[in-house]
Amino acid sequence: MKEQEDGFVSADKHGEDKVEQLVQIKTLFFARARDLTGTNDVLLEIPLGSTTKDCLDKIIGKFPRLEEILGCVVLALNEDYTTDSTIVKDGDELAIIPPISGG
Amino acid sequence: MASTTDESSRILHEIETLKSAKFDLERRISALESQLHNLNQPHNNGVSNASSTSPSTFPHALSPDMIYRYSRHLLLPSFGVQGQLRLSKSSILVVGAGGLGSPALLYLAASGVGRLGIVDHDVVELNNMHRQIIHTEAYIGQSKVESAAATCRSINSTVQIVEHKEALRTSNALEIFSKYDIIVDATDNAPSRYMISDCCVVMGKPLVSGAALGLEGQLTVYNYNGGPCYRCLFPTPPPTTACQRCADSGVLGVVPGIIGCLQALEAIKIASAVGDPLSGRMLLFDALAARIRIVKIRGRSVQCEVCGENSEFKAAQFQEFDYEKFTQTPLSTSPLKLKLLEPNSRISAKEYRDRLRSGEPHVLVDVRPEHHFKIVSLPNSLNVPLASLEGRVEEVVWALKEKEENKQNDDVKVYVVCRRGNDSQRAVKYLQEKGYPSAKDIIGGLEGWAQEVDPTFPSY
Ligand SMILES: [Zn+2]
Repeated sequence: MKEQEDGFVSADKHGEDKVEQLVQIKTLFFARARDLTGTNDVLLEIPLGSTTKDCLDKIIGKFPRLEEILGCVVLALNEDYTTDSTIVKDGDELAIIPPISGG
Repeated sequence: MASTTDESSRILHEIETLKSAKFDLERRISALESQLHNLNQPHNNGVSNASSTSPSTFPHALSPDMIYRYSRHLLLPSFGVQGQLRLSKSSILVVGAGGLGSPALLYLAASGVGRLGIVDHDVVELNNMHRQIIHTEAYIGQSKVESAAATCRSINSTVQIVEHKEALRTSNALEIFSKYDIIVDATDNAPSRYMISDCCVVMGKPLVSGAALGLEGQLTVYNYNGGPCYRCLFPTPPPTTACQRCADSGVLGVVPGIIGCLQALEAIKIASAVGDPLSGRMLLFDALAARIRIVKIRGRSVQCEVCGENSEFKAAQFQEFDYEKFTQTPLSTSPLKLKLLEPNSRISAKEYRDRLRSGEPHVLVDVRPEHHFKIVSLPNSLNVPLASLEGRVEEVVWALKEKEENKQNDDVKVYVVCRRGNDSQRAVKYLQEKGYPSAKDIIGGLEGWAQEVDPTFPSY
C-alpha cells in the first residue's frame, strides 16, 4: 500500500497490508464538517495507542478549517459516546458531528 | 339473471354504505350536541375537551367517536386504549410552523393529542411551499400559525389548537411553555435552540429537538428522565460562520419532512408513555446515502451551566439571558446586513443601472457560488465566487485589460454584486487591498436590483 507522507491513505485501499505499529481509523464527517473538508470520510493511520484527541489533531493538520468548529461538535467512536482520552483501535470509526440549526 | 343479481347486490351494498354513513353522521351530531352543551355550561373555559363527550358506557373515557377515529391506534397491543387516553390528555407545543413543524403538527393533530400549541411569528411565502406542507397557496402572505391551525382543525376538529402568533422570546417563553407537557423544537436558528433547551430545563419539560439542512437531518430528545440537555452537548455555541440557514444553504423539502415526522413520533411516544424515547442518543439522517445512524451521546453533564449540579440557572436567569449575544446570531430571520465599506465604495442598484445605461466601461463581478449564478444572473457579469476570489483574481484582471483595450480607455471600473450585498463588500475589500481602490459593490445585491430596478428579476 502506498502511504502518503502525512499518514493519510485513500479510502479504497483500506484493509491491505497494514503497517506495523499503526492503526487505521476511519473518520466520518457530518453537516458543516463535510462542507469544510469537502468529503464524507477520510482514512488515517496513527500510531498504536493513540487517543481520539490525537486523531483530531491529525485531522486538523490535514483540514485546518475544521478547527473553528471543533469546539461545538458531538464525537462518536463506533457510534458510541467517546472522550478525548479514549484509546482508538484499528478499524474504529470516529464521527465528527456538528449541530445543524436549520429547519 | 346474472346482471339482476349484480344489480341487487350493488343496491344492497349502497344501502349498507349509506346506512353506515348515516350512523356516523348521527354519532357526530350527538357528539357535537354534547360538545355544545358543555360549552354552554357555566365554569367551562370554552375548551372542548375531546374526552368530555363520552357517554359512560365504557370502562374508559374514549367516546364512540374517538374509538372509531383512533381504531388503528387502539388495535395496536403496545399502544391501545391506554396509549390513546394518555395522548388525548397530553399537551404538546410545537415551536416553528416551518419545514419541521409542518409534518410534526399534521401528525400530532391527526393522532389525537389533547391540546396542540403552535408558535411562529412568520408569514407563509411562496418559497416555503416546497417543504412547509401544512400551508396551502391560499395562505401565502398570511400568518403561518393561522394557516397551520386551520389545517390541523380540518384534520381533527376534536383537538384543541392554540395559536401563539408571536416570536418566542425570553419574555414570553416561560408563560407559553407552562401550558404544555412536551416541547417540540422545530425552529431554524441557533439562539432559539439554546433558548428553548434552557427554558425546558428551567421548567422541567422534555424537549424533542429536530434539525435539517441541505440533505441531512438530526434528531434528539433532551432533558428527558435525567438525560442531557442541549447545553450538555454543546456548551459553547458554534462559530457564526458555521450557522447556516435553509435560506442560505438550501434544503431538499422532504428532508425536514422526515425529521418532522420523527419528532411527532418521539413526542407521541413520550406523551403516551410507550417505547424508548431517543434520549442520550442522536439520530443522523443522510438523505444522499440513504442512511440513518444512531449514535450514543454523553449523559447529563455535572458541570452543565444550566442543568448541572451546581447550576444557578433558574427562571430569573433565563429571562435575563441574551441568546443573540451568546450565539452572535439574531433570533429573527432577517438576514445579516454588513457594513464593511465606506459609502463612497458602494453604489445603489439604481446608480448601477444609470451607469449601465450611460455605457460606462466596467466589469461586473458576481461573487456568488457557481450554483447560485446558474439560477439567475445579470447580463455580462463575470462569476468569480468569493471563496475562490483569491486564486482567481487574475480573471478579473484579464477582464479589465480586455475592456481597456476594446474601449481605448484605461479607467474601466469594477463593480461587485452578490445575492444580498454582504459577500460583495468582502470581495471589494479584498480587491481594494489588491490594488483596485476604485472597486465598488452594489448595495443590496441582486435582491436590491429586483426591488429597485427590475421587479421581474427572479428572487430566490
Ligand atoms: Zn445540560
